Amino acid sequence: MVAETKTDGAAHPLLACIDGSGYADSVADHAGWAAGRLGAPITLLQVLIPREAASDDRSGRIIAGARRQLLQQLADLDHERAKLLQAQARLDLDEAAERLTTAGVEQVTKLLRHGELIETLHALEPEAAMIVIGKRGAETGVESGSLGSNLERILRGVHRPVLIAARAFTPPSRALLAFDGRSSAMQAVDAVSRSPLFVDLPLTLAHCGKPDAAMTRRLDDAAGQLSAGGLSVETRVEEAEPQTALPAMVGRIGADLVIMGAYGHSRLRTMVIGSTTAQVIRDCKVPILVYR
Amino acid sequence: MAHQEVAARDWFAPHALGREWLSNARYDLIAGLVVALALIPEAIAFSIIAGVDPKVGLYASFSIAVFCAITGGRPGMISAATAATAVLMVDLVRDHGLQYLLAATVLAGLLQILAGVLRLGHVMRFVSRSVMTGFVNALAILIFMAQVPEMVGVPLLTYPLIALGLAILYLFPMLTKAVPAPLVCLTVITAIALYFELDLRTVGDMGALPDTLPIFLIPDVPLTLETLEIILPYSVGVAVVGLLESLMTASIVDELTDTPSDRNRECVGQGIANTATGFIGGMAGCAMIGQSIINVQSGGRGRLSTFSAGIFLLILVVFLGEYVSLIPMAALVAIMVMVSIGTFSWSSIRKLREQPASSGVVMVATVLAVIFTHNLAIGVGLGVLLSGIFFAAKIAQIFRVTSTLSADARTRIYTVEGQVFFASADAFVAAFDFREVLERVEIDLTRAHIWDVSSVAALDTVVMKFRREGAEVVLIGLNKASETIVDKLGVHDKPGVLDPLSAH
Repeated sequence: MVAETKTDGAAHPLLACIDGSGYADSVADHAGWAAGRLGAPITLLQVLIPREAASDDRSGRIIAGARRQLLQQLADLDHERAKLLQAQARLDLDEAAERLTTAGVEQVTKLLRHGELIETLHALEPEAAMIVIGKRGAETGVESGSLGSNLERILRGVHRPVLIAARAFTPPSRALLAFDGRSSAMQAVDAVSRSPLFVDLPLTLAHCGKPDAAMTRRLDDAAGQLSAGGLSVETRVEEAEPQTALPAMVGRIGADLVIMGAYGHSRLRTMVIGSTTAQVIRDCKVPILVYR
Repeated sequence: MAHQEVAARDWFAPHALGREWLSNARYDLIAGLVVALALIPEAIAFSIIAGVDPKVGLYASFSIAVFCAITGGRPGMISAATAATAVLMVDLVRDHGLQYLLAATVLAGLLQILAGVLRLGHVMRFVSRSVMTGFVNALAILIFMAQVPEMVGVPLLTYPLIALGLAILYLFPMLTKAVPAPLVCLTVITAIALYFELDLRTVGDMGALPDTLPIFLIPDVPLTLETLEIILPYSVGVAVVGLLESLMTASIVDELTDTPSDRNRECVGQGIANTATGFIGGMAGCAMIGQSIINVQSGGRGRLSTFSAGIFLLILVVFLGEYVSLIPMAALVAIMVMVSIGTFSWSSIRKLREQPASSGVVMVATVLAVIFTHNLAIGVGLGVLLSGIFFAAKIAQIFRVTSTLSADARTRIYTVEGQVFFASADAFVAAFDFREVLERVEIDLTRAHIWDVSSVAALDTVVMKFRREGAEVVLIGLNKASETIVDKLGVHDKPGVLDPLSAH
C-alpha cells in the first residue's frame, strides 16, 4: 500500500491532521511511528474551518448604506477572528513539528488551510499515503464517549487508510486484525501483508461470529497470505457480536493496534442501528487503522 | 467556474446537505423569523403594487422562499414576492385579471429553468457595476413611488403615524437590537389606531388575506396561442428581471458572507420556485436585496434561514390573519420607505463626481429608463448597451500608426500598433496619407490586432486606395495580426499572445 511512490521516487507523505484538541500530541506521535516504519515524510495539516455567523442584531432594519456597513463589520469581525485562529494554529503546528523533529522524524512539512476538513482531505489525499487523525476533534470533548463529528464522515469519504490515534501513544507491540470476510477486510489483509508498517509485529487474525465452512476457508486464506508476507499470525474465532467481543479481545490479548475494514452498512442503516465499525472505534482504547 | 462544477456535483452529497442546511441552524432559525416579520409588510405592499389581493403576494412569498431554499444556488439568500417583478405585471392584471398573472408566473418560471439549463447565469458578467448600481437605485425609487398613492389624499392622521413608524424603525434598534424593529412598528401603530379608533385605511381594505393553507390549482386560462401571446411578453420581462435581481443579490450575499454561489443552479431554482408558485395562486418573485441583507445581518447563512422565513411567514399570516388585516397602511408605508432608503445606493451619488463620467452616464441612464418604462429589464438593457459602447470607445484609443520614409522617398513603411476593430476602423483608414506619391507601401501589422470584419474591410480599403495611386502594397505580419478575428480566442494555448496586447 504505502510502497506506492511518486514518479520522482519520493514516498507519499502521511497526512497528520491536528487541531487544538487534546489529541494533537498523540496524533503527532502516531504519525511519527508510522512514518519511521514506512520511511515516509509527514505533512502536518491543520484546517481552519469556516466562520460561524454569530450575530445579535435582530433589528431587521436596513439603514442607508446598510450593505457597505454590514460588509465592513463582517470583514472586521472575520479579520480579527481569523488572525487569532491563525496564530493559534501556527503555534499548534510548530509544537507538533518540534515534537516530531525531536523524535527523529526528518521530513516534516507544515500545512495550514482554510476550509472544511473533509474537503481539504479530499483535495490532498491523492498525494498522501495515509491519514492520521485523533479520535475526537476540539469541539467534541475528550471526556465524552462519543466520536468526533468529522471522523465518521472522513472514514466514509476518503480512500486512503486512516490511522485513528488513541488518547496517548505507546509503540504497538501486537496488532489485531478484525476480519469479517467483507471486501474491505480482504483489502486490509492484502495491504497488511505487503506493508513495512507491520514488520516484526505479532498479529492476531480475529473473527467474531459463527464460522461456517466458507468463512473458515477465507480465514485460512487470509492467515496464509499474512504468513507469506513474513508476519507471525495466530487466528482467533469467537462466536459473539463483534461490537462487544472485539474490544474485549483487544484487552485480553494485549493488542495495542487494531486493523479493520471501513464501514459496511449504508448510511441510512447506520443511522438506525449504528455501525459495528463506529462502535469498535469508540470502545477500543488503542489506535485503529481503517482500510477502505 | 471550478467551484461551481464542484457545487453542482455535490448537490445532494451528504456533507454539502449538512453544511448548507444544518451547520448554522440556531442563527438560521432566528434570522428566518426576523426576515418573515419583515417579509409580511413587503409581500402585502407588493401585492398592492401589482393590483392583486394581499394573499397573492403572501402565498407567493411563502412558496418562493421555501422552494428557493431547497433548489436555489445561493444559501442564505432570501427570495419572495418582489417589487421588481410586481411593477411588470400591473398592466396584465388590469387588462386580463389574476388568472393570467398566475399563468404568466408559471411561464416565467419555465423560462428561468430554461435559462439555467442553457447556463445563461454567466451572461451576468456583462452587467457592469454601474448598471447594477443603476438597477438598485431604480428599484429603490420604484418602491418609494409605489408608496405615493398611500401618502396622497389620505386622512391627515396618516402623516404623523408614518413619521412615528419611521422614528421607531430607525431609533428603536438603538435601544435594543433583540426585537425586530418592523414588528415593533407594526404593533405600536396598530395599537394606537385601535385604541383611538382612528379611521385609517388598513391592510384589510386592500383585499383578501390568506385564511387557509395554499392549495394547488391550475390557472384558469384557455390553453390557446392567444393566451400565450398575451402572457409571453410579461413572462419574458419577469423572467429576465427576476434572474437579474436574483443573480445580483447572489453576488451581494457572496460578498457579504465570503462564500461562492452556483449561478446556473440559482436560475433553475428561481424557475422552479416561480412555476410552483403560479400553481398555488401566488405571483412571480425573485431574490430580494434588502431582505437578504437583513438575513445576513441577523446571522442567517444557510438554506434553513430562507426555508424557515417562508414557513414562519405562512404560519404568522394564516393564524394571525385577523390581526394582520387591522394593520394601518401607514405602518406598511413607513416600512417600505425604510426599505427604499436602505436599498438606494447613496454613495453612488457622491461617486458621480469621483468616477469617470461614462460610468455615471450608464448609472443615470439605467435609472431614468426604468423610471419611464417601469421595466427594470429595459433599464438594464440600456445600461449594458451603453457600457459596451463606452468600453469600445475607450479601447479604440489604444491604437497608433507611425511611418518612416525611405531615403529615396519612394517607399513608406507604415507601422500599425494596437486594436483595430469597428470602433477604430475609421481612425485606421484616416491615418494613411493617400496624397503622397509612392512607389511602394509597406504596412507592418505585426504589433496590431485585427478583431473583426470591419477592420478587415478597412484594411482592404487602404490597400485598394494605395494601389489606385500606383503604389505596390506589401502587408507584413498579417497572419499574426488577424489571429484575433475568430470568435473564440485560444489565448490559453499561446502563453505569449497577451504580450503584444499590452504593447502600445
